[in-house]
Amino acid sequence: MSAASPVVSVDSLALAFGDRLLWEGLSFDLGPGELLAVLGPNGTGKTSLVRILLGLLEPTAGRVEIEGCPPREKCGSVGYIPQQHVFDRDLPLRGRDLVRLGLDGHRWGFGRLDGEEHDRLEETLAQVGAAAYADAPIGRLSGGEQQRLRVAQALVSDPVLLLADEPLLSLDLAHQRIMIELLDARRRGAGTPVVFVTHDVNPVLQSVDRVLYLAPGRWAIGSPDEVLTSETLSGLYRTEVDVLRVRGRVVVVGTPDDQHVHHVEDGH
Amino acid sequence: MFVELLGQHFVHTALLAGAVVAVVSGAIGVFVVTRGASFAVHAISELGFTGAAGALVVGIDPVLGMIGGSLLVGLVLGLLSLRGRERDSAIGAVLAFGLGIGVLFLSLYQGYATEATNLLFGSIVGVSDAQLRALAIVAAIVAVGIAVVYRPLLFSSVDPEIAAARGVPLRGLSVAMFLLLALTTAEAIQVVGVLLVLTLVITPAAAAQLLTVRPTSALVLSIAIAVASTEGGILLSLLQPGPTSFFISALSFAAYAAARIVRARRVSGRAPARPRLRARRRSSAPPAARQAQS
Repeated sequence: MSAASPVVSVDSLALAFGDRLLWEGLSFDLGPGELLAVLGPNGTGKTSLVRILLGLLEPTAGRVEIEGCPPREKCGSVGYIPQQHVFDRDLPLRGRDLVRLGLDGHRWGFGRLDGEEHDRLEETLAQVGAAAYADAPIGRLSGGEQQRLRVAQALVSDPVLLLADEPLLSLDLAHQRIMIELLDARRRGAGTPVVFVTHDVNPVLQSVDRVLYLAPGRWAIGSPDEVLTSETLSGLYRTEVDVLRVRGRVVVVGTPDDQHVHHVEDGH
Repeated sequence: MFVELLGQHFVHTALLAGAVVAVVSGAIGVFVVTRGASFAVHAISELGFTGAAGALVVGIDPVLGMIGGSLLVGLVLGLLSLRGRERDSAIGAVLAFGLGIGVLFLSLYQGYATEATNLLFGSIVGVSDAQLRALAIVAAIVAVGIAVVYRPLLFSSVDPEIAAARGVPLRGLSVAMFLLLALTTAEAIQVVGVLLVLTLVITPAAAAQLLTVRPTSALVLSIAIAVASTEGGILLSLLQPGPTSFFISALSFAAYAAARIVRARRVSGRAPARPRLRARRRSSAPPAARQAQS
């Protein structure tokens, strides 16, 4: 994977808001098909990193290149999947229209699809299993159905990179699994790297190649086995943190805010 | 009598002017309703009135003053791109003061009060050929503007977060939309008057969106309802004594009421076909309550 030239290249990136430094010297490459999970507590700049990759936020220092040019220049299209947000129940928009906006929403004029794009729209709807409800009003679909359409919206532009910011939030386990399978299929099939921001690594643990852990003022990157250890996280937080593996799940105990970082499933 | 009137030049002019204005009002209305900016239309229209009253005082064409006032407010609203409650209260505050200035201007104006009445309640039947030409030119500008920004404006109206991520200029589009809306409002004021602009800019779009969930169909339907209400209203005012603006507003409201009824029937008819949605909605709502019971 790393033999091929990187799709994303992040070099000595720093971000500060006023005099609050979130991170500095952040460097990593993403090769074709890699899945990078971005973890860490609230307020450590996970979403800001996504915004930098989208070209919506300028870093304080450092450089980002996607397909060899800055994000703002959009050398290749970047698919973005946000956390589920509630659409107005009566919004006059079908699932199909939402997905189509991912294809032609940025083009001036009325936007006419050619034959090839039309086929791609239908194929993508079928691919995420949304064909059955593609004509229903978006505001009346369930959260899981809406998120599948979000994946389709991101995929339909044939992206060179996928950015997902807490896409599993408020989804049940079955729909979480479907979402991950869809992203997995894309990165394996088309070699599209995925940056996956999440507060809970467990749902994606089987798929993750590397983990970027952002802690207040510090960061670590590496394979899950390298980063998700008591040693690494204790170093990041500068306090004693225990990382336990329980039935194939990672549980982090002892962070200043461990309620939020990796919550333990309720019940059994 | 009615047939005779239909042969009159002023009736033709009124019908043409009405159609031209209705097309752009129905079109921009779809975006206004989708963005939940109905109140902004009211503000733009009332401050257009202030502009017109100011023009009367200094002795220039009130239509120019009206367009100036509307554009100024449109520009400010577009630049602010406020959302939700903040926008509502900001508009309310500016609107009230602007209208106060309009009242002051009117008290300073020594001319005929009919000019002011026409602004407030419309004077479609008195449109001159020169006015018709001006209306058509402004409408053409608005129509071209909407055609150019249609797709990205739709994107930024329904899905701003992703639109921004795709590089769609949200603020620029917001300004463009409010400027197009300001021009449309200045047009609609000349047909139905300041106080009834919403009847052409909001009501048809609201009715259309009750009837269809397809964005393009909503656009076409909204234009159709606006045109039918305007032309029907003008014709009715020839048949019956009564102000044209009343008939136009009555017809567009009838379309809205009919759309609500059709929609209510459709929803209750569809419910058994999609019980899945209802069931999920119910079960997703109160998990806490259920836990508390068990």
